[in-house]
Amino acid sequence: MFPFNFEWIWDMGHMVFHGGLWYALAIIGMGMTYCVIKAAVDTAKGKGGHHH
Amino acid sequence: MDSALIPEGVKRAPLWKFLLSIAVVSVVLLWGVFAMLLCWIKGLNQTNMNNAYGFALWIWADLAVIALGGGAFFTGFLRYVVGKDLLKNIINYAVLIGFICYSSALLILAIDIGQPLRGWFIFWHANVHSMLTEVAFCLSVYFAVLTVEYIPLVLENRQLNKVPFLHNMAHNMHEIMAVFAATGAFLSFFHQGSLGGVAGVLYGRPFGYREGVLIWPWTFFLFTWSAAAAGPSFTIFVTRLTEKITGKTLVKQNVIDLLAKISGWMLTTYIIAKIAEPLYWAFVTAPSKGMALGQFYTQNPGSVYGYWILFTEVVVCGVLPALILITKRGRSNRKTLFTAVTLASIGVCINRWVMVLQVLAIPVLPFESWNMYFPSWQEIATTVLPVAYGVILIMISHRYLPVFPQERELNPVD
Repeated sequence: MFPFNFEWIWDMGHMVFHGGLWYALAIIGMGMTYCVIKAAVDTAKGKGGHHH
Repeated sequence: MDSALIPEGVKRAPLWKFLLSIAVVSVVLLWGVFAMLLCWIKGLNQTNMNNAYGFALWIWADLAVIALGGGAFFTGFLRYVVGKDLLKNIINYAVLIGFICYSSALLILAIDIGQPLRGWFIFWHANVHSMLTEVAFCLSVYFAVLTVEYIPLVLENRQLNKVPFLHNMAHNMHEIMAVFAATGAFLSFFHQGSLGGVAGVLYGRPFGYREGVLIWPWTFFLFTWSAAAAGPSFTIFVTRLTEKITGKTLVKQNVIDLLAKISGWMLTTYIIAKIAEPLYWAFVTAPSKGMALGQFYTQNPGSVYGYWILFTEVVVCGVLPALILITKRGRSNRKTLFTAVTLASIGVCINRWVMVLQVLAIPVLPFESWNMYFPSWQEIATTVLPVAYGVILIMISHRYLPVFPQERELNPVD
């Protein structure tokens, strides 16, 4: 899973499989981080105080 | 008593009735949990799996729910990436059904692997030559995507939505949902396909083995295609079932019509490929491996795997629903529509059964006989468990969350 695992080899199989995994995880992680930070900033600005 | 949690402007059953229904379904759920604990505590000797059937009822159920849950990725793709805005009225339910299907698949796998405490090995010590590794990666990450897609719906609960941070959070997640939906479509394409690829690369088992493109056998593409075709049909099936149980119309006909039409054309194109591909397999691939078509369908005990199964899958549950769904008249009639989406859903389940269990049943060596299998009650109970869990989650979500945006308009409260 990580290059520091003892069985890791820098071959095509590892790069494609794990590249795809980390690519998808990065998108989800960055997306959620963006949502949380923006929600915190919006709340601090007083947005979302009314129910609609 | 819980009216403060129920979405505004909609009517729900009395609390006692709701709790009683939950209690009834929970009995089934507890039966499944008991069987699951038996499998975890005593081991896989609780199943009827053996050396011939390393894949059995659980893996079929896994592949079936993953295909049926395909409605979430494909509807999400159509709504957020292609821009079919009308589908916003059913996307919540598609996501909920997908969430249930994928969490069920992961639960079944957690039982099936025998030692769930070592479940993380597939990530940490990944075998990059296995299609199942790719399935495990995509399945887990796509479940994370579905969770991300389900969270805004939970945050839109009447009380939670009053909290400014949660309100903003739900709003922001909706804003970038296209990114998550596109990621989900990417992941789904590969794991749906790789599940088909697993059977297609079995060169020692001519019933499953297929030729293909580069490293991908034809079954890779057929599995993705069939999930995209049958998944939306299953979403319509569950929606109609929910409407029958609640006695309400929850989604407008034009929304159902659009999704049914897309599902119908996907099913039509799939079934053309599904007829063409096996013909090539039957007359070219299988004979090149020394097998004749008749050997796959005859001389098995009780004709369990006769030609009838091929006819049922391709004609009754493929051609017939496809023809109904691509015609305006077929889609407009509630009964024919319901029949078509039911058949399409059954069809994809039969396909997964054939590609998981019939593959293992057929003898491949001259001295072998057919391998027959019947699941133990523990396997059946743990397969029914996710259904009970799904029903409970749908009941809770429908009661407390705004799953159907058109419900208020279609069912005005006096």
